[in-house]
Amino acid sequence: MKKRLLIAGPVAAVASLVLPGVAFAAEATPILETPEASINAMWVIVAGVLVMFMQAGFLLLEVGFSRAKNAGAGVAKVLVNFSIASLCYWACGFALAFGGLGEIAGTHGFFLNVGSSIEEAGKSIPFVETYSISPAAFMFFQFVFCAVSLAIVWGATLERIKFSAYIIYAVIFSAVLYPVLSHWIFGGGWLQANVGMQDFAGSTVVHLIGATGAFAALLLLGPRIGKYTKDGKPRAIPGHSMPLVGLGVLILWLGWFGFNPGSTLGAIGGRFAEVVVVTNLAAAAGVVAAVAVMYLLSKTIDIGMAGNGAIAGLVAITAPSGYVEYWAAPIIGAIAGVIVVFGVIAIEKVIDDPVGATSAHGLAGIWGTLSCGIFTSPRLAEFNEVGDPGLWYSGSLHQLGAQALGVGVAFGCVFVVSYGIFFLIKKTIGLRVTAEEEDAGLDISEHGMYGYPEQFIPQPEYSTGLQLGGAPPAVGAAAAPAVSPMTTTEP
Amino acid sequence: MKKIEAFIRHEAFEPIRAELLDKGFPSLSIIEAKGSGRQKGIVERYRGSTLTVNVRPKIKLEVVVEDKDKSVVVETILKHARTGEVGDGKIFVLPVEEAIRIRTGEGGEPVLQLHEESEIPT
Repeated sequence: MKKRLLIAGPVAAVASLVLPGVAFAAEATPILETPEASINAMWVIVAGVLVMFMQAGFLLLEVGFSRAKNAGAGVAKVLVNFSIASLCYWACGFALAFGGLGEIAGTHGFFLNVGSSIEEAGKSIPFVETYSISPAAFMFFQFVFCAVSLAIVWGATLERIKFSAYIIYAVIFSAVLYPVLSHWIFGGGWLQANVGMQDFAGSTVVHLIGATGAFAALLLLGPRIGKYTKDGKPRAIPGHSMPLVGLGVLILWLGWFGFNPGSTLGAIGGRFAEVVVVTNLAAAAGVVAAVAVMYLLSKTIDIGMAGNGAIAGLVAITAPSGYVEYWAAPIIGAIAGVIVVFGVIAIEKVIDDPVGATSAHGLAGIWGTLSCGIFTSPRLAEFNEVGDPGLWYSGSLHQLGAQALGVGVAFGCVFVVSYGIFFLIKKTIGLRVTAEEEDAGLDISEHGMYGYPEQFIPQPEYSTGLQLGGAPPAVGAAAAPAVSPMTTTEP
Repeated sequence: MKKIEAFIRHEAFEPIRAELLDKGFPSLSIIEAKGSGRQKGIVERYRGSTLTVNVRPKIKLEVVVEDKDKSVVVETILKHARTGEVGDGKIFVLPVEEAIRIRTGEGGEPVLQLHEESEIPT
């Protein structure tokens, strides 16, 4: 996300000169009705819809990495969390994140009460005028980011967390926690305005925050039963469907073409197309690097790790996608692919993270944010008007320091708050299902049904109406009825 | 009557079934079985961790025949199920007390015989 100066006035003036059709009516035409605003709204809504579809990606990734007895639980989880976040972000979150340029949080726009025109909304939401975009499109795009961040929290807690914990944390996360942090880095708050931290689409804001929440939950939640041997070695608990994991990863990859390029918040000038290419290069390098490293370690082409490599590359390029040139993207993605492999193996020794979220979103998110401090090019730092060029161009550690400060602040704040929330949940209603419920699977114990009924219920109690001809023959009778079962069902 | 239970490799089943049918033994059952023996388990690698699966999948083939037919069936199984490697499986022969055909309720060794052509619905 970039912090442009408020240039809506000059933009309208230039537009009136360049676009003759608008020129005569320039004084009277509201900005929302200009072609520029319409094109921007169109692109941002398309991008927002792509980001919304990432919920399907998370769903399939998590379901695939679960055992079959927990396959249905993910469906309810994703739908309920997305819906809670929709309501909370509209009611409260958006205002805290973008309702003004205060250092800590915004103050206007609760329930999106900002008026429908850009001129009106611009009084309380500065970005609407800066980017010349409809307030509804802007709010929707920001909301789906919040929903992605929330979804990241839960991947790590699969197969043992109580559903009620989702609901409580989701309300606080989407109404207050995520919005305040995103205000600091996206919405003109102190990390962006005073420190000059660069985070184009949210390696820190979306991914590190989500992974930090997951990390706090994992410390209190503990591993799944059977994850560790008596002498503490991690066991593999294979997920039940690698094809679902693959589909999930590809949907996330697709969604990322809304995530990063949409963060240009406009289509005019075509900057978003460059961001698409940068994003894809990093994801590809992440896969290649993760597969290669894993092959050197275990002599197998690991399916799950190929997926983690893609996600890590995408997470890492999220912050720098609007700040770096093409050549830097594969380097950033490849390093993320290496980080995720060693991260998953190292983290698994102590905490049980079934999908690798703390590595793929957390460690790769930190790396991606720091990589701005190395690779940000002078041209794009100037274009985005946030921070300075990175170490590679400037020879100065200044921007790297700003990035590190931002990472530290985001991790610290989110960890403390999340740990507190999960601690209270654990002490009151409990964070984890009982051992019996975990053994039976969350599908039947939390949701009262199986995700794959026919796998667990071999024969239902109702009869399928098997009707054979004639009365049952006496034991020992020699003659067989000369009627085949096929004919008896006909009238 | 004898019941022949054979634990065999999956790929051995189809040739055994075809030859038993040719020789007049169409009735048999198979069960997907998992077991351990001298053949070692499989090591699965999953996202950097390993998991040893200590049992391997086999097919359990069950055929009930008259005493005189036992050796024909056993030889057919031996012929197709043997590769010479560890893991070919085992055959067990058990005595059977009684056999009853559910459709008619008739009992005894006739139950094990082939159907007459006229009995088979087309």
